Amino acid sequence: MGAPLLDIRNVSKSFDLGRGATVQAVRDVSFKVERNSICVLLGPSGCGKSTILRMMAGLEHATEGEIAIGGKIVGGPGRDRGMVFQAYTSFDWLSVRRNVEFGMKINGVPTAERRARADRFLDLVGLTKFADVYPSQLSGGMRQRVAIARTLANDPDVLLMDEPFGALDAETRWLMQELMINVAEKTDATMVIVTHDLEEAIFLADKIVFLSSHPGSLKEEIIPAFKNGARIADKEKIIRMDGYTAMEEKLMRMMREEGSRDE
Amino acid sequence: MPSNSRRTRFLEVRGPTGRRQRVLSALGIWALFFGVWVFASATGLVNDLLVPAPQKVFATTFDLFIHRGFASDVLISISRVLIAFGMACAIAVPLGVMMGVFPAIEAIFAPFVSAWRYLPAPSFIPILLMWFGTGEQPKLALLFIGVIFFLITLIMDHTKTVREELIETALTLGAGRTVVVLKVVLPAALPDIMTAMRQMLAMAWTYLVIAEIVASTTGIGAMMMRARRFLKTDEILSGIIVIGALGLLFDLAFGMLHRRAFPYLKEKR
Repeated sequence: MGAPLLDIRNVSKSFDLGRGATVQAVRDVSFKVERNSICVLLGPSGCGKSTILRMMAGLEHATEGEIAIGGKIVGGPGRDRGMVFQAYTSFDWLSVRRNVEFGMKINGVPTAERRARADRFLDLVGLTKFADVYPSQLSGGMRQRVAIARTLANDPDVLLMDEPFGALDAETRWLMQELMINVAEKTDATMVIVTHDLEEAIFLADKIVFLSSHPGSLKEEIIPAFKNGARIADKEKIIRMDGYTAMEEKLMRMMREEGSRDE
Repeated sequence: MPSNSRRTRFLEVRGPTGRRQRVLSALGIWALFFGVWVFASATGLVNDLLVPAPQKVFATTFDLFIHRGFASDVLISISRVLIAFGMACAIAVPLGVMMGVFPAIEAIFAPFVSAWRYLPAPSFIPILLMWFGTGEQPKLALLFIGVIFFLITLIMDHTKTVREELIETALTLGAGRTVVVLKVVLPAALPDIMTAMRQMLAMAWTYLVIAEIVASTTGIGAMMMRARRFLKTDEILSGIIVIGALGLLFDLAFGMLHRRAFPYLKEKR
């Protein structure tokens, strides 16, 4: 696989609460994200997984340690690290197509290429028919697909997703998860996905980075070996695979331990 | 209507009202108002000199426009509002947006702006008259002072409500500060900014009338003060009606502009 794309080295993060008080959200976390892989950050609430993702995006600064992408230290936000949020972020005043073109437009991609790429990614997320409507007319799942297409069309080195399907109903969430596998297969995108949903983690991950809470620190890196390095784009199929249940039980146990540790 | 439905009561908490009911209600309340007015003046319940009958007021309004050049007063008033309000917006929109985006700019201007907001604009009339005399400037200045500080504050607040995720999305797509402000924050806040302008335009009309009543020889307010000297209550009431009608027209125009400029808001749901 060559050199990892992202290298998170001894990263800590403390937040200033004012009046001299601070709280440590992340303590000494190190892991790597391989190129063209899907890495899932999993853990209970308060484990700092979103904070780590935001530091990768350059939206927060690490108090200690550093994050490198392709060998370059992350300073601030940039187009090489596209991010999809849990909250809907479609630009309501632009049509779906113009939303998808937004990043390319501000980065000076020529019109013809912009159109073509927008078409390609609208097709990839199944929104071709809705290219000319406003996002406010779309359902929640479709709005997230707009955000994913917009980010991917901008050609980032990594797609960062912060509980992207957390606000969706269960059925839509499965469809979106299956869509993400297809997108990853077709685009070779590198993805880092934050979630607290065990099923989602097992389904999507090439590697799970499990974090424990208060303060957030690395507990274990888990490779879902039962998948034999392949990605399975069918949710029902993966649930019936040997090793799936054992994996889920292991993660559930780890979550439990975290929960009881808090009490 | 299904026969088994519960009898709908007139007062239903948050209940639906049809278009027909709303139109009838609106016409009804105005019919009642004019009915009482007509009745009171016809039966001599009120002094005809102080409260002329509505038909007389409308006849006078017509006469004022056709034979006595009232239209030029109305046009002068409208142009005063538009000029002063336009100047206020030209400063308030960029400044308010910048204050809403950059805390450093807010830190400079907010303490200044909020202090001025507590000064009632009419308290400046005496000094404005001394500075500018009785020409157009003191009227424009009063309108300007009356609306700009509220406009700046409202626009700043609306700009602040633009969600952080939208800004962060733009940043992770490679946007710099200029793009964030012009391509994300401004369009996101624009519908609310327009609403703030609509509200403050109504306030501009208030200050216009004050300015014209206190010190002016032209405009709707001045006409009303002239009429007072000759005990022409019908003309005074005409002035009030015209001001009300103009306010309503401007509000409708703004509403239409809002729907035209932001089609995506209408299509929601």
